Amino acid sequence: MMPPESWIGFFEWCEATYLGTLVRDSVWLFPIIEAAHLVALCVLGGAILVVDLRLLGLGLTGQRLSDLARHVRPWLLGGVAVMLSTGVLLFLSEAIKCFYNTSFWVKMMTLPAAIAFTFAVKNRSLDGLETSARSRVLGAVSIALWFTVAAAGRWIGYS
Amino acid sequence: MIHSFLEWLGNTKWSVALLESYYAWPLVETTHVLTLALFVGTAVMMDLRLVGVAFPGVPVSAFTNRLLPWTRFGFAVMVVTGLLLFYSSPLRYYNNLFFRIKVVLLVLAGLNIWLFHTRIHRSIHQWDDDYRAPRAARMAGLVSLVVWTGVVFSGRLVAYNWFDCDIQPQPDWVNFVAGCRAEADGLPAPSGELP
Repeated sequence: MMPPESWIGFFEWCEATYLGTLVRDSVWLFPIIEAAHLVALCVLGGAILVVDLRLLGLGLTGQRLSDLARHVRPWLLGGVAVMLSTGVLLFLSEAIKCFYNTSFWVKMMTLPAAIAFTFAVKNRSLDGLETSARSRVLGAVSIALWFTVAAAGRWIGYS
Repeated sequence: MIHSFLEWLGNTKWSVALLESYYAWPLVETTHVLTLALFVGTAVMMDLRLVGVAFPGVPVSAFTNRLLPWTRFGFAVMVVTGLLLFYSSPLRYYNNLFFRIKVVLLVLAGLNIWLFHTRIHRSIHQWDDDYRAPRAARMAGLVSLVVWTGVVFSGRLVAYNWFDCDIQPQPDWVNFVAGCRAEADGLPAPSGELP
């Protein structure tokens, strides 16, 4: 999986940005931002899993799906916000490496899909929804999408 | 004695194979990291409820009865994968400053859980539905959030060798806390104590 070679200019520009240079030239910044990215993974993962487990008929089954989604919403949004801001900083510091990294492109394609699915499909299907084949599909697709995002994210560091 | 045992452990066939493997080690590590979302993620959701900043109207017992089994399952995966990673390079982790900080924080997290389950949780029927739980329960939730954040931070930093014994010179306290042994690790010998 390779992006058009003409995009490399943008990635070179990203890597040369003030923030990219700042993170790259620091010993501590990249690891600290990475750790914050992981703490946000916990919050985001918890907020997603509480609803997804319920969709699968597991976890907090005594609660209405729409209630659970409403309760986790601020933590979901906060988690996404911290993930995106720390993720952008990490990316800027090694944009050219990312350009040639297959895992990065897998993540860039599944991440928008996961976000769109969560907010445009899953969260809009919860009103009055009970555990059913439909809810199980929603939960399974959500977990599969976010799992791919997370696994590809971790794999950026290996390839 | 610990040192020579870990040295032996790190030289066993499977330890070397795991450390040098092309896919196994990254797969174990990826499992360890992704299970954070399940283990710490579900624990954080319960902590937020205990602290009283999320899930109004959801009884605490819903979390302890229905979500905690998933937290425990996540913890089991964390322990297995974590032990495997330790096994792949025992001495390196044993003498890693961040690994030692992580172990201390894990003990603190364990104490907090023990206190919660042996004391605070016993009276849960009295405050199960209260959005504002008793002070002790709120504290347990807060301590859990802070300590697990620390575990994630120190866990991530274990990967960096900034304070490893073979990177010298280091401040004395670093070598002390990391357990670096003077002769074996090539540290400058303390003056006046040469044999």
